[in-house]
Amino acid sequence: MPTKGLKYLLPKPELIYFLVLACVIFMILPITLDIFRLNLVGKYLTYAFVAVGLVLCWGYGGILSLGQGVFFGLGGYCMAMFLKLEASDPESTAIQSTPGIPDFMDWNQLTELPWFWLPFSSFSFATIAVLIVPTLFAYIIGVAMFKRRVGGVYFAIITRAIASILTILIIGQQGYTGGVNGITDLRTLLGWDIRTDSAKYILYYINGILLFLCLLFAQFIRKSKLGRLLLAMREREDRVRFSGYDVANLKIFVFCIAALFSAIGGAMFTLQVGFMSPSFVGIVPSIELVIFCAVGGRMSILGAVYGTLIVNYAKTTFSESFPELWLFAMGALFIGVVMAFPNGLAGVYKAHIEPKITALMASIKRNGGLSISLLTNTAKQ
Amino acid sequence: MFSDYTASELVSIFAMQGFAGLTLFSVFLLMALGLAIIFGQMGVINMAHGEFMILGAYVTYLVSNLFPDYMPSLFGIYFFFAMIAAFICAAALGALVEWLMIRHLYRRPLDTLLATWGLSLILQQAYRSIFGAREVGVTLPDWLMGSIALTDMIEIPINGLFVMLLTALIASSVFVLMFRSSWGIQVRSVVQNRPMASAVGIDTERTDRITFALGCGIAGIAGAAFTTIGSTGPTAGQLYIVDTFLVVVFGGAQNLLGTIASAFTISQAQSTMEFFLSGSMAKVLTLLVVVIILMIRPEGLFSLKMRR
Repeated sequence: MPTKGLKYLLPKPELIYFLVLACVIFMILPITLDIFRLNLVGKYLTYAFVAVGLVLCWGYGGILSLGQGVFFGLGGYCMAMFLKLEASDPESTAIQSTPGIPDFMDWNQLTELPWFWLPFSSFSFATIAVLIVPTLFAYIIGVAMFKRRVGGVYFAIITRAIASILTILIIGQQGYTGGVNGITDLRTLLGWDIRTDSAKYILYYINGILLFLCLLFAQFIRKSKLGRLLLAMREREDRVRFSGYDVANLKIFVFCIAALFSAIGGAMFTLQVGFMSPSFVGIVPSIELVIFCAVGGRMSILGAVYGTLIVNYAKTTFSESFPELWLFAMGALFIGVVMAFPNGLAGVYKAHIEPKITALMASIKRNGGLSISLLTNTAKQ
Repeated sequence: MFSDYTASELVSIFAMQGFAGLTLFSVFLLMALGLAIIFGQMGVINMAHGEFMILGAYVTYLVSNLFPDYMPSLFGIYFFFAMIAAFICAAALGALVEWLMIRHLYRRPLDTLLATWGLSLILQQAYRSIFGAREVGVTLPDWLMGSIALTDMIEIPINGLFVMLLTALIASSVFVLMFRSSWGIQVRSVVQNRPMASAVGIDTERTDRITFALGCGIAGIAGAAFTTIGSTGPTAGQLYIVDTFLVVVFGGAQNLLGTIASAFTISQAQSTMEFFLSGSMAKVLTLLVVVIILMIRPEGLFSLKMRR
């Protein structure tokens, strides 16, 4: 079973694609980029978690959520709360009027830690909270919506409203959440300084490994019966329901998985970037996350990773040199991808590049060593 | 929270906030009318609706700057010309967008949502490049300034009153159009059963285009009305769009009376609570209540019964 399982999970071409991506993330990028750029890539890869979740949820399940930033943010905030509490021990906050509480609480005249901050002083609680809180929130939303058969556009709008509610709430409750600045000035994780270069390298690799675990899990879902059910549900929801499946539960499950992935991404974001703020929670980031997924290809989990990297790379380059052009480019990207390339980069690859590669491989196989002499011939000319 | 005020103070507070709520209600309603017509007929979510509104606001701003230079004697009534210009510009852009983009995406509602979001980004940046990032305001003619004092504590601003009258006028003309004109009959039949409407000879594509243009045009008028009560910036449309969507969904997407009722409820709730809580908490509470009600009653408060 195990060998058959692996072959079934990753048939040969897909195994190669996975290995290529692993090469890019774990070898090529760390070798070619300096630590500042690598840290940026690490930040982009945290968005890729969300994009992979969206492939499952939107591409396979047909559920477009415009509120994935909520789960990203919740995961990030859970991690940031733990780091903030560790950074504000009584010695380093001795100049405050109440030492031992985070600095922004002191500025807002709070004199003791609010009750929901208390358990976050434990690392194990914070880690569990990173995974549980967003997933539970997604479960509640999912049960409330999908059991009532709310879907499609309505669901998109309501998730969008939830994203804006959460942002307003975080910004408004400055004393408890750090307000519009977010939770900043995070220093150590269990005494380990996360701001050094070596820590950034280690965090980058941890991030990459977690991303691959998520990718493998997503691949497992794709290949399983659940993946086929999701596709069927996207196409003809009624027929799946009439066949005796509980469509709502399928939707809730895949929505929760997407939220879980996003939360892991959010926590890794906080660790690598060193702060968390409401600007990663609201409507704009949520919808940008959708475009990462759409550019990569809404049906391809690996495409989503590439899409995230490429769009973010373009965003950084553009906004460094032509900040006003970026929004035009972004808007054009939305319209262009939706109208001309609904399957994104992965679709382009499948339609144009893959046939050529297969033809090339076939010719190499047929002619044996001939192709090498062919290459040397062209080199001579 | 009420105990700090005397009874007469409370009455005035509710009256003033209620009136402020009515102004908000007018903007919501004008925005929502356009959205509801478009969504009701075509199932298209127009994320760029806020930007169509802002287009109307900028057109009004331009017209208000042109009048003192060329026709200073007519400055008192420039607003009516501005409204017409705003309607025409927004409707023309709407028709163009429908022709270039929306009509290719009718079978994919979620994709329309993303494409119109892209459009809204482009429009926002275009406004920023053309008019600058700073907010602009219009000079109001004298007769729109000032306020009517009802009692010594309750004052009603004239511009708010004007916006409300305008909204009432436009809402009733939309009603006449929808329920008394032959175009309205066509639209309503397309809403109820598109293939059947097409089979009896209604040009559904043309109906779609006119509907979309009309919806955008109303948003343009909403923008013109908006300039009398606030200043216009490139991203001002985004502030209202979520609320407006909730208004449309809350009211039951295909029902104009429902839209009016829900715009009234949401704006009044928000404005009254704003006085007692902070503005952000009022908004959170309102949105939260609406979302919860929608979870209980997903089809909205008033829904149109129809065959599927």
